[in-house]
Amino acid sequence: MQLTGAEIVIRCLQEEKVEYIFGYPGGSVLFIYDELFKQDQIKHILVRHEQAAVHAADAYSRSSNKIGVCMVTSGPGVTNAVTGIATAYMDSIPLVILTGQVPTAYIGQDAFQEADTVGITRPCVKHNFLVKDVKDLALTLKKAFYIARTGRPGPVLVDIPKDVTIQKAEFHYPKTISLRSYNPVIKGHAGQIKKAVQLLLDAKRPMVYTGGGVILSDASDKLIKLVRMLGFPITQTLMGLGGYPGTDRQHLGMLGMHGTFEANMAMQNCDVLLAIGARFDDRVIGNPAHFGQVPRKIIHVDIDPSSISKRVKVDVPIVGNVPDVLDEMIRQLEASQSRPDEKALAAWWAQIEEWRARDCLKYKMGKDVIMPQFVVEKLYEVTGGDAFVTSDVGQHQMFAAQYYKFDKPRRWINSGGLGTMGFGLPAAMGVLFANPGATVACITGEASIQMNIQELSTCKQFRLPIKIINLNNGYLGMVRQWQQMFHGNRYSESYVDALPDFVKLAEAYGHVGMRITKPEDVEPALREAFGKHKNDLVFLDFVIDPKANVFPMVAAGKGLSEMILAEEL
Amino acid sequence: MRHIISILIENEAGALSRVAGLFSARGYNIESLTVAPTEDPSLSRMTIVSIGSDDIIEQITKQLNKLIDVVKVVDLSEAAHVERELMLVKVRATGKEREEMKRMADIFRGHIIDVTESSYVIELTGDTRKLDAFLDAIDRSLILETVRTGVCGIGRGDRILKV
Ligand SMILES: Cc1ncc(C[n+]2csc(CCOP(=O)(O)OP(=O)(O)O)c2C)c(N)n1
Repeated sequence: MQLTGAEIVIRCLQEEKVEYIFGYPGGSVLFIYDELFKQDQIKHILVRHEQAAVHAADAYSRSSNKIGVCMVTSGPGVTNAVTGIATAYMDSIPLVILTGQVPTAYIGQDAFQEADTVGITRPCVKHNFLVKDVKDLALTLKKAFYIARTGRPGPVLVDIPKDVTIQKAEFHYPKTISLRSYNPVIKGHAGQIKKAVQLLLDAKRPMVYTGGGVILSDASDKLIKLVRMLGFPITQTLMGLGGYPGTDRQHLGMLGMHGTFEANMAMQNCDVLLAIGARFDDRVIGNPAHFGQVPRKIIHVDIDPSSISKRVKVDVPIVGNVPDVLDEMIRQLEASQSRPDEKALAAWWAQIEEWRARDCLKYKMGKDVIMPQFVVEKLYEVTGGDAFVTSDVGQHQMFAAQYYKFDKPRRWINSGGLGTMGFGLPAAMGVLFANPGATVACITGEASIQMNIQELSTCKQFRLPIKIINLNNGYLGMVRQWQQMFHGNRYSESYVDALPDFVKLAEAYGHVGMRITKPEDVEPALREAFGKHKNDLVFLDFVIDPKANVFPMVAAGKGLSEMILAEEL
Repeated sequence: MRHIISILIENEAGALSRVAGLFSARGYNIESLTVAPTEDPSLSRMTIVSIGSDDIIEQITKQLNKLIDVVKVVDLSEAAHVERELMLVKVRATGKEREEMKRMADIFRGHIIDVTESSYVIELTGDTRKLDAFLDAIDRSLILETVRTGVCGIGRGDRILKV
């Protein structure tokens, strides 16, 4: 049967079992929106800004491992979406983004609302397509979903000119697809895995270091099994939190710029490092030359060969899908006669416990002023450690990562790679669509929240009972911290003047607002928000210590073990 | 070190910009780049000459492989190969220099493919060094214009780059 391009788009999405499209209409996508209107299998979530559509689709995916789908119009619709797309790209989140384009005959003529979408987005997508012929539409969408979810996942954009949505073609949606130019490796090389297992068994000061790849590939169960079998210490990156239970003794906490003392010291001083789905980025290992001063053997498991030996030379590279590789490691370990060196391991743990005893996350609690760390700790208690937590970018993000101990994967949703302020609130929306009825908190700052505050309106329309934990210090806190530490206390443009009354603002959007100024009110306010106001969106504006800083800290360009600790100041 | 990277890539609109964009975004250097469809018109073959340490060239190869449209990548300079570049040089050819130019072109096995009263266009092929040598050998002040294709290369013997 012949269908129009617009009908084909909807049929393809239905075939892919898409539940939600996050989007915003405009001229070039009108025919697609018209078809959307005529069916009720796919629900459309109308956001208030295209950036939020992409963040919501992104967090929908992060919190569920389904593909997030969004749709925007040509020109400004696309340029507004770019920040969201780049955010998803940096964190390898599978998305399919449908964008309208001016009619094919107008392309290149500076037509109204024309933008070179494929050109603008090329460096921040896994792949993109411009569909010039309606006959290619279904196959292109099939490719887009396939490419987005396989290998190292990522956003794929399909640009569809308006005339293509009107023209007709025979509809056929292939069940499977293969591309000669794209064949991601799944199984790791058995010989390499054997070498890795031998190194692990011979290690005296072993360390496991994991990242977002564990979460993205749903490898948590296998990771837990392997790490428990080995009895090794483990640390996780900002993107990896929840892959291994945060409350487990073997877990040393997050590593990196704001990692724990014990995690960074163990990372620096280990003799065998097993890196899994992590990429040794600058926020994680600090200065690579300093990291390289301690000789150690590195095993690196990653689905993306280009992540291996990019910043740090690796001894045993294993390219493969993380769960498949971990399975094989576990199998080989079970089959092996040897066990890890118990005596060496005991000595190593003794050293680690000494580091841990420094209690690097302790902070001073005054009587009158609320500390941000305290709010996150209380949030953890009140939600039983079981909430989905989204965040924006800044100090509050680091406090959230340090003090909310995530025991499960896909619970901690933040923009790690791009560091996008404005991510938190739309992300919380996406989490709720993927996990209806879930407890969702958005830990944010008074600056970040204002970057997508308009979404309070979307939250009202779709009755999304998000709890916004605004750690209000009146500053671009993370910027101010750097200015205090590295720019001689010159707080250039980091004071946020003329803040709105967030309680009234929440109320204006039809939500509940609370302002909390005293430490003793923190817990009762949280209990009220998650209890009595369980079904409401509550904006909790916590007025916190304006000058609280995040510690430990590895200054940019410094070595991992050169941390600044709170106790030293 | 100088490397010659050969790429088989889907002959799609925008394929070239994906490769060029990758090099500029990651700060890799391109000495020359050539591209044209192969005997199979659905595939293009690209040859890129780049200078970089082994680590960088390894990253370049990996990053190229990561592009969805790229079918195969090889570093030709890792083993025996031949490389050629085509150059057209327009030179002043008057008086006694006219005869001299003809002689130089012959020595370098070039062809004169356009003749006017006062100029020749000389076509030369060879590796980069040979073309450079020719330019060094003639009187610089006689060169009116040069154009070079950039290097293309192919592995020797059994080294075959095919789908
Ligand atoms: C879109 C964007 N612009 C600028 C920055 C740089 N930046 C990083 S943290 C930060 C301050 C954030 O302030 P706030 O949201 O109040 O959080 P706080 O650090 O005070 O907890 C800024 C401006 C960014 N990450 N994202």
